[in-house]
This record gives sequence, structure tokens and C-alpha cells, in this order.
Amino acid sequence: MTDLGIVISGAAGEGIQTIGDVVARCLLAHGYAVFSTQEYESRIRGGHNRYRLRVTDRPRNAPRPDADVLLALNDRAADHDAPLVRDHGWTLRPSGEGERAVPLAYRQIAEEAGSARYANSVAAGALCAAIGLPFGVLEPVVRRTFARHGASVADANVGAARAGLERARARLGDRAAADLPPREARYFRVGAHSTAIPLAAAAAGCRFISAYPMSPSTGIITAFARDPELGVLAEQAEDEIAALQMALGASAAGARSMTATSGGGFALMVEGLSLAGMIETPVVIVVAQRPGPATGLPTRTAQEDLLFAIHAGHGESPRVVLAPSDPQSAADLTVRAFDLADRYQIPVILLTDQLLADAQFSLERFSIPKASLAGRFADPDSIREYRRFARTETGVSPRLYFGQSEHLVCLDSDEHTEDGHITEDLAGVRRPMVEKRLEKGRRLRQEIAAPEIDGVEGAEVVVIGWGSTKGAIEEAVDELRGAGRPIGRIHFQELWPLPELDPPGAPCVTAEGNATGQLARLLRAELGWPIDRTIARFDGLPIDPRTIVEGLR
Amino acid sequence: MRRIEEYRSDVENQWCPGCSNFGVLTALKRALVALDLPPRRVCLVSGIGQAAKLPHYLRCNVFNGLHGRAVPVATAIRLAHPGLTTIVTSGDGCLYGEGGNHLLHAFRRNPDITIVVHDNRIYALTKGQGAPTTRRGVPTRLQVDGVTSDHAQMLATAIAHDCPFVARGFAGDIDGLSAILRSAIAHRGLALVDVIQPCITWGPHSADWYQERIATLPGDHDPADRAAAIERALENGAPLTTGILYQRDGRPTFEKTVRGRLGDRPVAELAPIDRSVIDQRIAALQPDGDG
Repeated sequence: MTDLGIVISGAAGEGIQTIGDVVARCLLAHGYAVFSTQEYESRIRGGHNRYRLRVTDRPRNAPRPDADVLLALNDRAADHDAPLVRDHGWTLRPSGEGERAVPLAYRQIAEEAGSARYANSVAAGALCAAIGLPFGVLEPVVRRTFARHGASVADANVGAARAGLERARARLGDRAAADLPPREARYFRVGAHSTAIPLAAAAAGCRFISAYPMSPSTGIITAFARDPELGVLAEQAEDEIAALQMALGASAAGARSMTATSGGGFALMVEGLSLAGMIETPVVIVVAQRPGPATGLPTRTAQEDLLFAIHAGHGESPRVVLAPSDPQSAADLTVRAFDLADRYQIPVILLTDQLLADAQFSLERFSIPKASLAGRFADPDSIREYRRFARTETGVSPRLYFGQSEHLVCLDSDEHTEDGHITEDLAGVRRPMVEKRLEKGRRLRQEIAAPEIDGVEGAEVVVIGWGSTKGAIEEAVDELRGAGRPIGRIHFQELWPLPELDPPGAPCVTAEGNATGQLARLLRAELGWPIDRTIARFDGLPIDPRTIVEGLR
Repeated sequence: MRRIEEYRSDVENQWCPGCSNFGVLTALKRALVALDLPPRRVCLVSGIGQAAKLPHYLRCNVFNGLHGRAVPVATAIRLAHPGLTTIVTSGDGCLYGEGGNHLLHAFRRNPDITIVVHDNRIYALTKGQGAPTTRRGVPTRLQVDGVTSDHAQMLATAIAHDCPFVARGFAGDIDGLSAILRSAIAHRGLALVDVIQPCITWGPHSADWYQERIATLPGDHDPADRAAAIERALENGAPLTTGILYQRDGRPTFEKTVRGRLGDRPVAELAPIDRSVIDQRIAALQPDGDG
């Protein structure tokens, strides 16, 4: 079974992303699955960045820390990442010697092929040679990549790619790191932020997004802005405070609305989250986690904001927190987020992270669920005297948007009467209004999906995770089971409100991308589950299968 | 013919008896009636403070949100539903202080909304602290030896940003204020109206003090003359001139620019996007699908 690790490393601005995308597309066109992740620094030029590709026959969407082939765009990067290369791996680098090194002066080879500007195509060609991909696979991908710059530029890049491939092949002979015969499979290459969430939001009828640029969330508003056919009006706000306020204003005026940010921006949105709870106005908020506190590591990954997302906001009102594990669940949960937000008239938070934001997954199937816009608003004709916050058995009041009909809509951030006006009637209004809002939370709890539970009966230990770590945990558990250890697995994607669940009846550990075991604390406090300990990763890199295997040693 | 009674609200008023906010309320109602706007087509947006309670005292759609946040809310309401006459009514502390940044960006965006600032030069609901508009040296309950900063010059800032309608009104001159509000609401684009609104409880100046210093703009003031408008807005010394300081037509509005081909319909009435758009994007995710 193929399981090939490739690392492309270099400085920001050297083009590792273009090379990585070209090679990934070659591999997909050749019938392989590719899981690609990005590690980069918070700077525009220089530094040390990586683009990782994991190549498998069937999708294995979990990060792999080591490499069979390292393509280094500069010699410093080659030395820096030498420890990642496996014993029999190859390092392609601009210069330098070594038994397992392939020195290739990319720029010079490109110049010989036409111009030093095509050095990245030389490098991409060399990488294809190192993993045994034929020129016939590379050529159309390079041609398509550069087609928009004109035929002559495309031709020149194809020439440079061929030169890189031939030079590397001359050096490697038949000792390429892999032999990759063509396969029939054609996997979908999907990113959660670049594709799944924007497409699902558009399909769910989202019409407005406002956001302030913040890594790693910016891809979402960008996707809408660059694809107007999705029909989502996109506005870059002056700050995250305004971003959420705009989303709430648009929502009150009838638009399904969303915003996207990361932890620090979400901190600024918290007053607006509380407002959404008070004025019972639906909104979807994507919080793409990165390591904190404060500015932390802006371009790295973490799962540090679970308890923040659940508890953010002054006062008490219901919200939902969902944490997708891959692009398909990101699509499913985005549609679900808009649905729950509307049906319960609440804010819904989608918790992603940098891994999920920047990784491209290979999936056998990818679909966007159908969404319904029916019943979002009440029928104005069926109402005689409209009260926006009319008390009902479910706590959910008939909702109308501003200007929908003759009925006037009054929303107030103060405690308010059923018709939405400011009041200080403590006995007559305050208590029933608190109970009305909390009743929605009680009912929500019945609707939240149980976690995925796998092999818990008779398990030696149960590994519990949430969100983007699913692929890594699954792979580690499979490996350990293969070695004869009965390991159970529970994975949460719907985290708040937590449904009522009995403890698994076996020793439990959580695996989380934070230092304090936030899910463990939540499960202990809310469900009384005994959690022995947490396998914690908080260095800014994603949890990979090794993290789990070593954590269970 | 529309009647002012259509706008009458039964909500109990929490303002002090004799508060000059009543003058703003009356002037606004008259302006809405004069413009023949039905309450269902009007959305008032406010923040926090005594002035921000105004929307409750006038029958229409209301978004009484958080302190300082009325402007982004109103901007997005108007974007989602361009058929709504959207008016912000809040105090100087709310709009110039807590929400100052939003105001700056509203000048840049130019949404077709009207912002009415109740400018009383004091934080009244919190009982007498300095506002961004309180003059240097004026003692307050908090700045007991006098305010130590200079006051904000938001009207001049607005004109500097080419906010296409900038006016100053006086709550004690209901007819004059109503006429200004009528023009402000009718103007296509952002309108900023700073209303001198004396606080009878916390000062720092009495209604009489203002009355002595207020003058209407001279007849030869040209609202298209930006430099002259800034000079009037800066109000270097008395008098405080009321009237339309600056007005110009033709700046593209935020909602027209952002909505583009969507036109003027409320987004809630738009048909969902065609499913084939989604299906095409999904098909392009497979290796043979992007050629």
C-alpha cells in the first residue's frame, strides 16, 4: 500500500504553494489520494515554510510528520528539514552533496530552458521524477496551471518542468522514492475553508458575510468575494466588532448571515454574541482556531477555544457550538448551522482551526446537503397583533424581518417585553423572558447529535477527540488495534449543548490540541465522565497519528 | 395624507420631564410624515443612552442594539433591505465615543442612511461624565477640575471624508430641525445631523446658554463649498450655526456598489441560487473536472 510523505520547504514567496499544488494535482490525476497541509510563518517574505503532501492509494486524511522526499527550494531549508527525511529518502536541493541528496540548480536549469522565472516548474518536474511520476502526467497539469498567462508562458513552463524531470531522473536512475502506477480512482480535492464552508453556506441561502481579515479564517470571505455567482454579499468590516454587528443587522433585515474570524477577533465579537442571544437573531460565526493567548502563533494550529466558544458572552442565553472534522462534515455542519440558527433564532458557532482551514483533503465522495429556507419567517397574514418575542411553549417566537409586512418588528438589547420594548418589570417580564430563552437551549439539547462511538465495549482505553483531529485519531487507533490492543474511540462534532450521555465504561483519555484538556474538563463538568488524562499537543502543529500512538504507549 | 398619530407609540417614556430629546422626537416624526413614509418602511437603529431610547417612542421598526454599534447595524440593514428608510438615533457618547471608528468607516462606505446625533456634550445616563464633545476645561462629575482633552470635531471630519450631507440642528428649534431631518432623510447617501440637545439635568450648559449662541447659517452659505462647510463645522467660537453645512449629490452609495446586479430587492425575497452553480463547483474538484 502506498503511503508516501513529501515535504516542500522554502522561504515565503519562493513558490512552494504553486509547486505543491501542481504536484498534488498530478497525483490526483494519476489516481492517488493526497492530503496536503501547510506550515508557514506570519510574514510575507523569507522564513521557513512547508507544504506537505501525503500520498496514498485510498484517502488517509491525517498529517504525517516525516518525508520520503524533501524538495528544498534553498539550501538552508534543506539543512533545516534534514531531520524529517527518512533513512532511504531523497533530498532535492539547489546545491550540496550527500549520498541521498540530489543537487539541482533549479534557476540555472530554468535559464537554460528559457528563463530563471520558470525555476518552480523545474522543481516541480524534479519532484515528479523523485516520486516516479511520468512526464505525461505532469505536462497537462503544468499547461493548465499557466494557461491564463498565455500559450508561450505555458510552453516555457512545460519545457522547464521537462528539464527538471529529466535532470533529476538522470541523477536518480531507477532509484525513485516510489513507483506509482496509474490508478482508476479520481478523488475530490477539497478544503474546508476554501470550498466546503462557502459552498454549503451559499447552498443554505446565506446572503451576507462580513469579516475582518484574520488568519486562518480569511479564506472564507475571500471565497465568496471571488465567486459572485454564489450570491453572497461580502463586506470587509473595519473590525470584528462591526463584522458581527453587520451580520446581525443583515439578519434582522431578512438575510441569512455569517461572519468568520479567529480567537482574537472572536474576543471582540463577544458583546455581539450576547446581543444575538438577547434579540434572538440568527447568525453563524466561524471561529478558526490558532494558538493563543493574545496574538499567539497566528499561522499555526490549535484547539484552544472550545471552552471560550461555549462560555463566551455576558449573561445567559443558548448557542450551539459545532466542530467539523473534515471538509464533508464542514459542509454538512454549515448547512446544519444555518438551519439551527434560524429554527432556534440563536447564534451558532462553527469551530475550525488552521489545519482544517489550510489542508486539502482527498475524499471519495463530496456533496453539499440540500437546505431548506421554508419556515424561516412567520406568515404575516396569520398574525393579528405581532409580538416579536411572544412567549410560546418552545420558547421560539414567530419571526418577521424588518419591512416584511405591516407588522412592526422591535428588537432591543435591553430586557424587553414580548413586543420588544424596554422594560424593568422584574416580576412580570424578566423571569419569563429568561425562561423563554433558556427553554430553547433545553430543546436544542434533544436535537444535538451524539458523538461517533467506535469499539468502546471491552476497550482497554477509549480515546476521545473533537473536531479536526478525527483522521489522526482514527489512523492511530487502527494501527494499535492491528497490533492487538483493544482501543475504543469517541469523536465529538456537536459540542454544545452536550447531549445526555452515559460514560463509556472504560478508562478514558482525551486527545486535544490544547494544554489543559478542555474537552476533558467539559465532559467531567457536564456529563460527569471520568477522564483519566489528556494527550495534549500545543506546540502549534497538528495532532498526527504518532502523537496518539506515543500518548497511549 | 399621512398623520403624525400613525407614529405615536404607547411605550412609557423614560426621559426626564422637559428633556430636549422630546424636541428631536417631534421633529423626526414630523419629518417622516412630511416625507409620506409609512411606519413599516422605517427602521430606527440606536445604541445605548437616553437618546438611544428614542426608537421606542415612535411606532416603527426598531433595532435598539449595543452601545456604539448602531452604524454597522444600520449599514447592513440597508444593504439587506434597500426599501427601508434607515435612521440611526443615538447620543454623542454612543456615536462619537464608543462607536467613533464605525462612523469613520461609514463616511468611507456612504450607505444611504441618516445618522442623528443627540449632542448634549455630556454623558447623562451615567450621571454626568465628560463626553467626546465636552469642551476642554469644563468640570464634570468625573473630570472635577475640568475635561483635559479637546473635543471631537466630527462634523468637520465628516466633511473632510466627503460625507455627502452634513448638518447641525438644535433641539430647541423643532421647525428648523424637522426641515433639516426631512432633507437629510431624502438625501441619497449618508447624512450626518448633529443635534445640539441641551441636557436639563447634567448640563454642562443650559438651554438658554445655547439659545444665546445659536444662529442659523447665513443665506449666502453654499453647501457645495467644502472649505466653507468645514469652517462652519469647526465652529471656532460663537455662533453655533445650524443648517445644512455640506451637501453634494452623486457619490455612489454603499448598497448600490455592493449589491451590484442584485438590484433593490430585499435579499429575503430573492430566489435561492441555482443548484447547478454548486454542482459545477463540486464537479471541478475532481482532477478531470478542472480542465
